[in-house]
Amino acid sequence: MTASQGAGAAANPAAQFVLNPDRGEATAVSYNDDIVRKFTAATVFWGVAAFAAGLAIALQLAFPVLNLDLEWTTFGRLRPVHTSAAVFAFGGNVLFATSFYVVQRTCRATLFGGPALANFIFWGYQLVIVLAATGYVLGITQSKEYAEPEWYVDLLLTLVWVCYLVAFGGTLLKRREPHIYVANWFYLAFILTVAVLHIVNNLAVPVSWSGTKSYGVWAGVQDAMTQWWYGHNAVGFFLTAGFLGIMYYFVPKQAERPVYSYRLSVVHFWTLIFLYIWAGPHHLHYSALPDWLQTLGMTFSLILWMPSWGGMINGVMTLSGAWHKLRTDPVLRFLITSVAFYGMSTFEGPVMSIKAVNSLSHFTDWTIGHVHSGALGWVAFVSFGAVYFLVPRLWGAARLYSLNLVTLHFWIATIGIVLYITAMWVSGIMQGLMWRAYDDYGFLQYSFIETVQAMRPYYMIRALGGLLFLAGALVMVYNLVQTAKGRVRDEEPVALPAPA
Amino acid sequence: MAFSHEKIETNVVLLSILILVTISVGGLVQMVPLATMDQTIEKVQGMRPYSPLELLGRNIYVREGCYLCHSQMVRPFRDEVERYGHYSLAAESLYDHPFQWGSKRTGPDLARVGGKYSNDWHALHMANPRAVVPESIMPAYSFMARRELRADDAAEHLKALRTVGVPYTEDDIANALADLKTQAGAGEGDIRPFTERYPKAPMGDFDGDPKRITELDALIAYLQVLGTLVDFTTFRPELARR
Repeated sequence: MTASQGAGAAANPAAQFVLNPDRGEATAVSYNDDIVRKFTAATVFWGVAAFAAGLAIALQLAFPVLNLDLEWTTFGRLRPVHTSAAVFAFGGNVLFATSFYVVQRTCRATLFGGPALANFIFWGYQLVIVLAATGYVLGITQSKEYAEPEWYVDLLLTLVWVCYLVAFGGTLLKRREPHIYVANWFYLAFILTVAVLHIVNNLAVPVSWSGTKSYGVWAGVQDAMTQWWYGHNAVGFFLTAGFLGIMYYFVPKQAERPVYSYRLSVVHFWTLIFLYIWAGPHHLHYSALPDWLQTLGMTFSLILWMPSWGGMINGVMTLSGAWHKLRTDPVLRFLITSVAFYGMSTFEGPVMSIKAVNSLSHFTDWTIGHVHSGALGWVAFVSFGAVYFLVPRLWGAARLYSLNLVTLHFWIATIGIVLYITAMWVSGIMQGLMWRAYDDYGFLQYSFIETVQAMRPYYMIRALGGLLFLAGALVMVYNLVQTAKGRVRDEEPVALPAPA
Repeated sequence: MAFSHEKIETNVVLLSILILVTISVGGLVQMVPLATMDQTIEKVQGMRPYSPLELLGRNIYVREGCYLCHSQMVRPFRDEVERYGHYSLAAESLYDHPFQWGSKRTGPDLARVGGKYSNDWHALHMANPRAVVPESIMPAYSFMARRELRADDAAEHLKALRTVGVPYTEDDIANALADLKTQAGAGEGDIRPFTERYPKAPMGDFDGDPKRITELDALIAYLQVLGTLVDFTTFRPELARR
């Protein structure tokens, strides 16, 4: 299973030219793969940590005694550990790993800045993660969702991010390909936009230069708008644009097909990045945010469905003529299922942004379920696909240790996701309905605590879903370690269809 | 086709500039008008910055990530207004750095929890939530009653907040520590300067241990002031419409 040259002639010559990754891989360029190996290993490590932390806090909601009555282990302190580990540690490392792998190959150039810059980015970023996570446990947080790290971690991250832009952009500048491959547009948009979001949302004045506490410059309604402009676009650019970069390289490579449509990729790239930025206010429906902003946010969230599905179609249709590979290639199955989940959650998102729907769904577990169909189904699955693609190549193995274990991982994780999101749909909609239920005499039918009690079975089911997802990831770790050691499992190959 | 994307996708600098322009439009349209605060925030009577004790209590609320399970945003729905009280106004989080509206109600909304329960109830509840609400899934925070509140830098907190726009006066800053003790029932002398600076501030010993000022004192002082400041007898929604 070696990397193939991009296959298939597209109708548009420009498309064929642009959209065949690795057209010139045969030309000898020495790539910095050491840094990709480091980031890939970190991806797997932090992924398991994030899933385990998620399972722990899911269990705390079902069994509150697990908060242990210790200040460091309460749900409030551990929940940011889970979210930061998932988004920034797992997601961030896979973006670094794949973007550095992709940009070198599609530019036929070694990474700009040399190993020193790359290693600074790696260790700097890991330090950001460790400082942030230990801070949360010790109670150092801004309590801005997904922007919890305090000012000193924010500054370090800014420095690392500028270096990332230099390394990535520098490689693009010295490319030996005339065109910038589509995956790199998405990576570049992700890097630039996250820089803008991070800086504006985290502007703060420290109480003292020797202390950890700061006060943000934004207050109240302005802080809410800025925070959700940031928060929603952490989803839009970190977890979507960046991961679309992954999709645009790894789906065509694994399927050995060119990207379905060059024109669609141009259209959906620009519309996606233009529209996403507007969607933040849908997190603040019926709040004290001015109504015109809520309506504007909802409108753009609905329109956003279109470019999102443009991306999904471009990813899924890349399999044209290669659908049969799904029967035999579980890595491709991960990739395509991820794009399907992307389509599902980018449909659910606009639905939930409708104010009438949001009045029911907001503040409930429905939101949590929605996030996880995106985070587990899309982000994690496309990452697993990319990691399964990368590890044999990076560690010089002939192939993955076991494809059957990839299949096992796929099914355990998929069942875990289904349990997770269905439990959250039921609990979220049920709780939303219970809050607004009136009895025959015109009184509120349920006290708040009754609605909490009603959540219990669903919190248990959700924890079970999380346990399955974690178990699948551990299967992956075993498989990858064996692969890196160059071992190949003696197993029956999946039956191949007769050659066409 | 006269226009060709080729110009953009072969020029890193052009591509970067166009990306930055494209992503800036929405943010500018949505965020810049909010800076015209008189259009965004209702005219109300009674809002004031947090007293030093309330502020340090709020910092504990922020530190513990309470907002991850408790919203502070009553939406203008019949059931929410009946359950929690008047819907939240933008003016009520005017001095909130950061805002704590939250995005999830694993527990109930706290925007108007002030005055709803007694100090003793809060003290018991924080020590062990299931002692007063058997079905509760909230973590216990028993350490707060044991830990002395770190208040020596209270004035520094007020100064930092003044830098970001909270209208604390020189007087407020100079008296920060004294005001904090006064509110917690451990002050000396006249309480009037304090109550003039911070009208409606809940006062006394909050945690049931009058000997010292603990983190629990500060947190309960904060919880007891939440949602109580705006005078709704003079609030006219039709005039506050935006």
